Amino acid sequence: MSIRRFLPLLVFIGLFIALMVGLSLNPREIPSARINKSVPEFSLPSLKGDGVGLSSEIIKNSKKIVLVNFFASWCGACRIEHPFLMKLSKMSKANGIVLYGISYKDKPANSLTFLNKFGNPYVRVGVDLKGRTAINFGVTGTPETYIIKNGIIRYQHIGPIYGTQIKDMILPMIKKLQQEGKP
Amino acid sequence: MRLFVVIIYLMALTLSANAIGVDKARLADPAQEARAYNIMTQLRCLVCQNESIAESDASLAQDLRAIVRQQVKAGKTDAEIIHFMTSRYGDWILLKPPLKPTTIVLWFGPLALLLIGGFMVFRYIRQNPETDMEDPLTADEKKRLKKILGGKMPKNKDHLGDYMS
Repeated sequence: MSIRRFLPLLVFIGLFIALMVGLSLNPREIPSARINKSVPEFSLPSLKGDGVGLSSEIIKNSKKIVLVNFFASWCGACRIEHPFLMKLSKMSKANGIVLYGISYKDKPANSLTFLNKFGNPYVRVGVDLKGRTAINFGVTGTPETYIIKNGIIRYQHIGPIYGTQIKDMILPMIKKLQQEGKP
Repeated sequence: MRLFVVIIYLMALTLSANAIGVDKARLADPAQEARAYNIMTQLRCLVCQNESIAESDASLAQDLRAIVRQQVKAGKTDAEIIHFMTSRYGDWILLKPPLKPTTIVLWFGPLALLLIGGFMVFRYIRQNPETDMEDPLTADEKKRLKKILGGKMPKNKDHLGDYMS
């Protein structure tokens, strides 16, 4: 009898929690299908057009944790993210990471102007003019960042990386990946 | 009247045309284009989220449409093209989610709620019939009722039911 009396209250609390969690999710954050999958095969020209800018080979051969950031000069959120990438780039040596960029559907000249003006956080940049490599990565829009270990995609960050997220999320995740497999 | 029919017919024609009106590059073979269009309507636009890529003008949707057309032209089956998309974007890209262990609640949740609700209503009605008298009159109340009625009990006891028993 007592359970029956509280049943409506329990249902209400259940619904309340479900809706509170459900409605506060960010609909942009689409569950990633590429986690724990290999980096798609690609080879992209450099910004200056002199040979390969970035390829899946380069990423797979890297001993460090690789961050691949999709950006474009026409993308407003990338501009917001940019200073934080610069910060991350300065910390990369100390943290054993390497930051690569892929310019997404952007004229190389415009990407170059963007990087010359605001600084270049990337060790290498590949030009994905048609956006096909991005689709193979499962990119939904710029900016988007992938964290890759041994050529396997481990994390996909949709949207800009904000300053606080570097310390709270990105660096701890990198630490965790580096600790993996170590006794 | 004939003119009216022709106008209606022409208007109906534009319905299918404006959906992918932004694309210049269509497939030459109308049967292939129709097949490609059918696939596009099943794929969710990742930018607009509540539109299919057939309806969306987002640049990513345009790219995905181009890929669908390219693969249809290359002779890929519908299932192969859908798999190409889900391997990159997950089941999320499908407007109609597939039936798997993780989507059972999504598919059958509403039916389960309907059944539970129906069962509760059924039980409530069975337990509380309108004619059910839960507390018959006490001996004291019966005496008072007799007094009010002037000592005369109705001949037909039926409509007083349990009160007088």
